[in-house]
Amino acid sequence: MIEALKARVNGDEALVRRGRFLTTTFLLEVGQTGWLISIFEGRVMSVTSGPFVMPSSSFALRAPEQEWEKFWSSRPPPGSNDLMALIKRRVLKAEGNLQIFMANLRYFKEALAKLRTAGEAA
Amino acid sequence: MTAQFEPIVGRYMHLDLFGRKHRLYVEEAGEGTPLLCLHTAGADGRQYRALMNDERVTRRHRVIAFDMPWHGKSSPPSGWHNEEYQLTSAQYTTMILGIMTALELDRPILIGCSIGGRIALHLALEHPQAFRAIIGLQAGAHVDPYYDLNFLHRPDVHGGEVSAAIVSGLVGPDAPDAERWETLWHYMQGGPGVFKGDLYFYKLDGDIRGRVAEIDTSRCPLFLLSGEYDYSCTPEETLGVANSIPGSEVTIMKGLGHFPMSENPQEFLKHLLPVLEMIGGR
Repeated sequence: MIEALKARVNGDEALVRRGRFLTTTFLLEVGQTGWLISIFEGRVMSVTSGPFVMPSSSFALRAPEQEWEKFWSSRPPPGSNDLMALIKRRVLKAEGNLQIFMANLRYFKEALAKLRTAGEAA
Repeated sequence: MTAQFEPIVGRYMHLDLFGRKHRLYVEEAGEGTPLLCLHTAGADGRQYRALMNDERVTRRHRVIAFDMPWHGKSSPPSGWHNEEYQLTSAQYTTMILGIMTALELDRPILIGCSIGGRIALHLALEHPQAFRAIIGLQAGAHVDPYYDLNFLHRPDVHGGEVSAAIVSGLVGPDAPDAERWETLWHYMQGGPGVFKGDLYFYKLDGDIRGRVAEIDTSRCPLFLLSGEYDYSCTPEETLGVANSIPGSEVTIMKGLGHFPMSENPQEFLKHLLPVLEMIGGR
């Protein structure tokens, strides 16, 4: 399912354009499973699943599987509808160089919301 | 296509606040009982544009919204360029009472959202005699910081973009796109460090948890309306405040978020109009 990110993000011209100054690799953890997501100038270049021996990433987003499931549902319930809502409830941990995350916050919110079943915007 | 004008009229008011000269933007529409509107942190009075354009509100109310100093079309005071803006409870209270006096408002209804909802609780406690009724939107007694506020004001993060991105999820899921993005645009337009400076009041200085239960609703009726999707001031937080204040009336608004009057005015008015009716009938 996470692999779908590449086609869905790259298929959204406006999102890619807003990310044109963003080049990074970040780690997404869904429960025990890690995914390294590489972005080059707003385009998702690769989505690789762990386990990894020595993963390098600028920052990591970690939440339990059931939290991501709620976040990715077609109409997420209150408290699960946004990355900041998850952070507020202390179920999503954002760690690492968060300048990259915060400077491109709208991009990351909208990119990860692409995995929603109905593809609703964040 | 013919141009159409809204009934809103805006003016600039010069007023001394906290011993300094200020130039403030004030707009209003309608006639009748004054309804003074307080915008959220990092935004401005445009959040109340729909109320000012709705005849059901303006035929009995003089709806007034001002942009706080540093916000919208109001200027920061001279000397601002070497200062760090930080809103305090004392300044916020002085500002609201000062503007009421300047506009000669006789016991207005006060409606405030978020930081405006918080100061509404302060005013309900400390100046109940000055208001006909108080309506707190997204009003809680306290919010713990849940992100590093320094990200709101540093040169390697665009302040407008990050402010809007932080609050974007606070808009409810049913908000019409036009109103959602209008609401976020106001955040994108905020001056450097202004949203952060407002949050000093919201997350630190304005904590009223210890005193909120002392609000006496027999001196000033208190209505609390909060959106279901607000994770900043959650419905639980508002319900907690309501439960601690005898006589307060609380409504949790389904599908709405942190900016009800701006993100989804038509849904919000379904909740607000009965409250205004109730206040008018007292």
